[in-house]
Amino acid sequence: MGTTASPRGPGIVRFTKVALEYPRRGTALTDVSFEVAKGEFVFLTGHSGAGKSTILKLVAMQERPTHGDVRVTGYSSTTAKRRDIPKLRRKLGIVFQDFRLLEDRSVEQNIAFALEVIGTPPGAIAPKVARLLTQVGLASKGTSQLHELSGGEQQRVAIARALVNDPLVLVADEPTGNLDAKATSGIFQLLRDINAAGTAVLMATHDLSLIHRSGLRFLALDRGHLVYDGDDASRLATA
Amino acid sequence: MRLALREAMLGFRRAPLLSVLGIVTIAFSLFSVGVFALVALNVRDAIRAIEDRVEIRAYLTAGTEDDQVAIAVSDLESQPGVAKATYVSPDQALERAKKEFVAFGDEFEDAVLPGSIELRLKEGFRDPQAVDKVATLLKAYPFIDDVRYGREWIEKIYRLRSVAAAVGGGLGVVFALAAVIIIGATIRMEVLARAREIKIMQLVGATDGFIRSPFLIEGCLKGLAGGVLALLLAYVAQVIVSGALGYADVRFFAPWQALLGVVAGAVIGVLGSLMSVGRHLRQV
Ligand SMILES: Nc1ncnc2c1ncn2[C@@H]1O[C@H](COP(=O)(O)OP(=O)(O)OP(=O)(O)O)[C@@H](O)[C@H]1O
Ligand SMILES: [Mg+2]
Repeated sequence: MGTTASPRGPGIVRFTKVALEYPRRGTALTDVSFEVAKGEFVFLTGHSGAGKSTILKLVAMQERPTHGDVRVTGYSSTTAKRRDIPKLRRKLGIVFQDFRLLEDRSVEQNIAFALEVIGTPPGAIAPKVARLLTQVGLASKGTSQLHELSGGEQQRVAIARALVNDPLVLVADEPTGNLDAKATSGIFQLLRDINAAGTAVLMATHDLSLIHRSGLRFLALDRGHLVYDGDDASRLATA
Repeated sequence: MRLALREAMLGFRRAPLLSVLGIVTIAFSLFSVGVFALVALNVRDAIRAIEDRVEIRAYLTAGTEDDQVAIAVSDLESQPGVAKATYVSPDQALERAKKEFVAFGDEFEDAVLPGSIELRLKEGFRDPQAVDKVATLLKAYPFIDDVRYGREWIEKIYRLRSVAAAVGGGLGVVFALAAVIIIGATIRMEVLARAREIKIMQLVGATDGFIRSPFLIEGCLKGLAGGVLALLLAYVAQVIVSGALGYADVRFFAPWQALLGVVAGAVIGVLGSLMSVGRHLRQV
């Protein structure tokens, strides 16, 4: 069947013939084009080294393409200045497999830190922290130290932190990669809820059953090439 | 801003030893520059005092008419750079010699001393070239026999001053560079210790300026502290040196010069941290 099963609104992320070559390491991506609509949920899958993380780094403009153009919420990789990047990032949320939290601080402090960084007025920080913790299901854990939390809970903290900007796009690089099945479905449900509230989600994963069960659109990558874009789960095996 | 200040103070607490090292380096470099500056200041004062006595004396051939001399004197006084020209007649010369060498008073009884014209130069016309120029002018008069002035003396003092200025300036630049590098290294350690936080800040959309500011504040505070410490050291040194020399008018910095030194410390601190944070931000 066709490769465009998802309803496509105006693209909020658009890759046009994107290639990325790392000096000496060779080509990480070749001629990748796709579009993600506002409020869409899209998986990225493929073997290790296929280029999933590279695509997410391009979305966050941690990398710039060697060829082609990456356009995210109105910012184009071809024209964006260095000082535009913070503005772009304030429309994104970014989540990693390894959480990237501040280990020596409490749950609340981790989220408050991000809020301070983006210039939230001091009086507005505590209520917003409480609201975000409720949203990710950690309302009772605010004062816990990070090491007292399970992996799934730590990832929830990271997701709460990614939501400080009320992002248009949430970028998640194997967010369930370190979690067991139960924690995985919990985190996935949380991402689905965030998506249902209007945030587009781009999630890289090796978990094919998760894609299969969800029936959502996925981009399959193979050695830097985009080999499938659609929601036909039967194509997962070939990816 | 509050966050930046808090983070800056955190830097002090997290690496107290390194922070102190950085401050002491800045203090030491500024102190070295300061000592040279003080020496230069005081040498300049000394030169001024000597320059005040710079005079040219032109001896007249015997039998020069008084009215010839009067014309020359008024001529000379209208020359740029000449403050005062005075005619000292042979009689007056004898009077003076007697007064200055009372012990030998009798010896002078029958001596015949030559008349002369004494020239005092204006400030700013006492350097070797200007003195030479006036001397040449004097030699042009037919009745001038000989022109005397402390030529070598003047040149020596001026050379000394140039050398002192060059050495002081050169050392100042070298020490300031060393201070920038050491403060840079201190801040770099801070930056590396906080690389994770910086990364997170960048991911949620902090501007470079925002990330830089606590480090710049930290560098600035360290520089100010170093500047004040250097000033204190210089003051102590000045007190000790003037005590040892036994006279009180060894000069210290004027308030604006002291302030300039402290500000220079802040500039060194800010430059050092700008360097290392800038490098870190360009890498990530
Ligand atoms: N910073 C880098 N410098 C050089 N090469 C890199 C860099 N990052 C990634 N690569 C290379 O780019 C290719 C794609 O890497 P990428 O991280 O996107 O893969 P991935 O699909 O995320 O893999 P994984 O499932 O293991 O996370 C790989 O060959 C990798 O070695
Ligand atoms: Mg990856």
